[in-house]
Amino acid sequence: MGVDRRKFLKIAGISAALGLGGSVGWQLLRPGQLDAAEEPWNTPYQWVTRDHGALKEVPNPRALKGKRWGMAVDMKKFTPATAKAAVEACNYYHNVPSIPTKQDIKWIWLAPYKNVFPEVENPMAGDYTDMDYITMCNHCDQPPCVRVCPTKATFRRDDGIVLMDFHRCIGCRFCMAACPYGSRSFNFQDPRPFIKKQYDGFPTRAKGVVEKCNFCAERLAVGKLPYCAEASGGAMIFGDVDNAGSALRKALRGRYSIRRKPNLGTNPQVYYLV
Amino acid sequence: MKLYNGPIIIVGLVIFLAIFLLPFYISGGKTAAVPKPELPKKSVATECVMPTEYMRTSHMQLLNVWRDMVVRDGDRIFINEKGKHFNMSLTNTCLSCHDSKAKFCDSCHDYLAVAPVCWECHLVPKEKK
Amino acid sequence: MLEKALSGSKLYWGWLVCLLILMAAGFASYLVQYNEGLVITGMSRDVSWGFYIAQFTFLVGVAASAVMLVLPYYLHHYKDFGRITILGEFLAISAVLMCILFIFVDLGKPTRILNVMLYPTPNSILFWDMIVLNGYLIINLVAGWVTLESERKQVAPPGWIKPVIYLSIPWAVSIHTVTAFLYAGLPGRGFWLTAILAPRFLASAFAAGPAVLILLGYLVKKLTNFDPGKAAFETLAKIVTYAIILHIFFFFLEVFTVFYSNIPGHMDHMKYLYFGYHGYNALVPWMWAALICGFAAIVLLVNPRTRQNTTILPIACVLVFICTWIDKGMGMIAGGFIPNPLHEITEYAPTALELLVTFGVYATGAFVLTILYKVALGVKEEEAAL
Repeated sequence: MGVDRRKFLKIAGISAALGLGGSVGWQLLRPGQLDAAEEPWNTPYQWVTRDHGALKEVPNPRALKGKRWGMAVDMKKFTPATAKAAVEACNYYHNVPSIPTKQDIKWIWLAPYKNVFPEVENPMAGDYTDMDYITMCNHCDQPPCVRVCPTKATFRRDDGIVLMDFHRCIGCRFCMAACPYGSRSFNFQDPRPFIKKQYDGFPTRAKGVVEKCNFCAERLAVGKLPYCAEASGGAMIFGDVDNAGSALRKALRGRYSIRRKPNLGTNPQVYYLV
Repeated sequence: MKLYNGPIIIVGLVIFLAIFLLPFYISGGKTAAVPKPELPKKSVATECVMPTEYMRTSHMQLLNVWRDMVVRDGDRIFINEKGKHFNMSLTNTCLSCHDSKAKFCDSCHDYLAVAPVCWECHLVPKEKK
Repeated sequence: MLEKALSGSKLYWGWLVCLLILMAAGFASYLVQYNEGLVITGMSRDVSWGFYIAQFTFLVGVAASAVMLVLPYYLHHYKDFGRITILGEFLAISAVLMCILFIFVDLGKPTRILNVMLYPTPNSILFWDMIVLNGYLIINLVAGWVTLESERKQVAPPGWIKPVIYLSIPWAVSIHTVTAFLYAGLPGRGFWLTAILAPRFLASAFAAGPAVLILLGYLVKKLTNFDPGKAAFETLAKIVTYAIILHIFFFFLEVFTVFYSNIPGHMDHMKYLYFGYHGYNALVPWMWAALICGFAAIVLLVNPRTRQNTTILPIACVLVFICTWIDKGMGMIAGGFIPNPLHEITEYAPTALELLVTFGVYATGAFVLTILYKVALGVKEEEAAL
């Protein structure tokens, strides 16, 4: 009889586990009540998945289109005031918190030449190596962060912008180890208490995800330039690197420009005009 | 048939039953009131992006599609069956008509004990009085 | 066979209870971390991986080192490893389990862990690490369990288990190679950007793993009637000897390339670790302790008289453990992040809660190991009684 009892317990256990966890329990308790909520796939709209054919989404017709977005930072036009304005505009409109510890979040910030361009030090050059440089995600052509991400939570769009999908990031921080520019930050805690003034037009982030500069993808989508470029008083020139007629290409043509760690093969798309 | 370890099994079963039946005891046999989410005033909006019946059952799937379209594909305009255009945004589109999260979203979510993580990041605009 | 774990001495149960208490403390600490976020750790924007990933890296090595028993025993029919191989396989199981747990507790959004499988990304080394670690866990579980069960039933193991065991040999190498690739392929981190990282990892693994196994073997011998055999200990000790020498040798290869080339991006990490950098030197005593332990171990192990001495060998094994644990744990991970890509220095030290979570994971590993060893030794005892 031992075997029979064991078999019985097995069946009872399995059905209990399935029944109580699933719909059977609900049906017993509240017959009919949850039918609608339970089976959305029974509705005529069962095709609502990402690769459906029936719903239509299109880009905003006013959206700016580019083949490879880039930024030039004109160090001659930069003043401490315009730099500050650019940083503050970004921080406010993206709800970037200010955390007074080593677990801070940064999208765009100022750092001395020797930190932004380590190993390219030139103590004799004087003028341009004495300045603070604006530092942000380089939106690399060959981004190492995208290469290492195990969930495609960070990805490179066709227009060259390296974006974060905060809905998908698992917070493994592999991208932070991979980024050769220290451009990524991790939300070690809930950032909301550290946002001084909240901007309702853009979401905050949750604890446990990595974030960084998004080249104002949300602005380009409605036909506007990035906040920092707008606030910099012409010192930051945003444009399409692949378009020979763009303002960016014009700025790059006449001036000597440097990029951060070009020897790593990442092909950064932020150019510094010196 | 002999029941081995009888006392232990019976005590275990009693404990299991007690835990299992606890919710019924606590609710006292009554059921919670079925929620009635408050729809926007007719002056604000008369129609949602999709039919009500669909939204009731599948708004979460629709929001997931919107999310992927906006974040990953950069498409921000949604065209519904009637050809109307909408900006795909939880805060700026959905909540601009459904201007009370508490009276609309939360009433059902609380009843069903679901806690969508949307609000960890997406802000709820201050309710207009 | 699992019922063998249900009867034991007071010492056995007391030990399990101790581990359960530690596990509970670790779990409670993890709950704090789960609610507050990784803010409770000592990690920072600059040192974004810390103690958890360090332990993970070290334990992958311990897991991989089971191959040092499986290979001689199954491929070369080295009979002296007949009694101890199962202990190595079970050590690997518990080590891989801890590896997976350490990755899990390091995640910022642990509830989304299945995204790694929902959106498979073959260009990410972490994706492959997930595959090889889980694969290795299953292979060892199946191989260990099936051979033990056949041993208990006094029958030859089923034929299909042979290929599984053979597969475990390259697979063991793969887990540590892939783990090294996590670091060795990142363009901006000069400390890790070296082709010798995987061999270096394997060398320190084949030193640390068998050293742990020797210590466990002595413990088992002391606490039970089971003796893995003098020859097994001696061969294992030889493996540890060669491996720790290779480990130190590889370290000097690294030192040569880094300092002779004189490239700052590669040198500065080494300078920070061994001499301090711009006044920051938290890890310097640790790194020198590791190096000194390594050398002391080599002296004790190379000399056959001290190596074969049953009191000195465990001491040498402890020295090997300390050397590789510091080098691969603290040094390898924190060292890669300091200085950061902007050449700024943020130091790292784990917090108390971080350590508690770590102990909790180790206790879980020890718990699983105890159960598995209890089963294995129970079967061996039964066999001896026949």
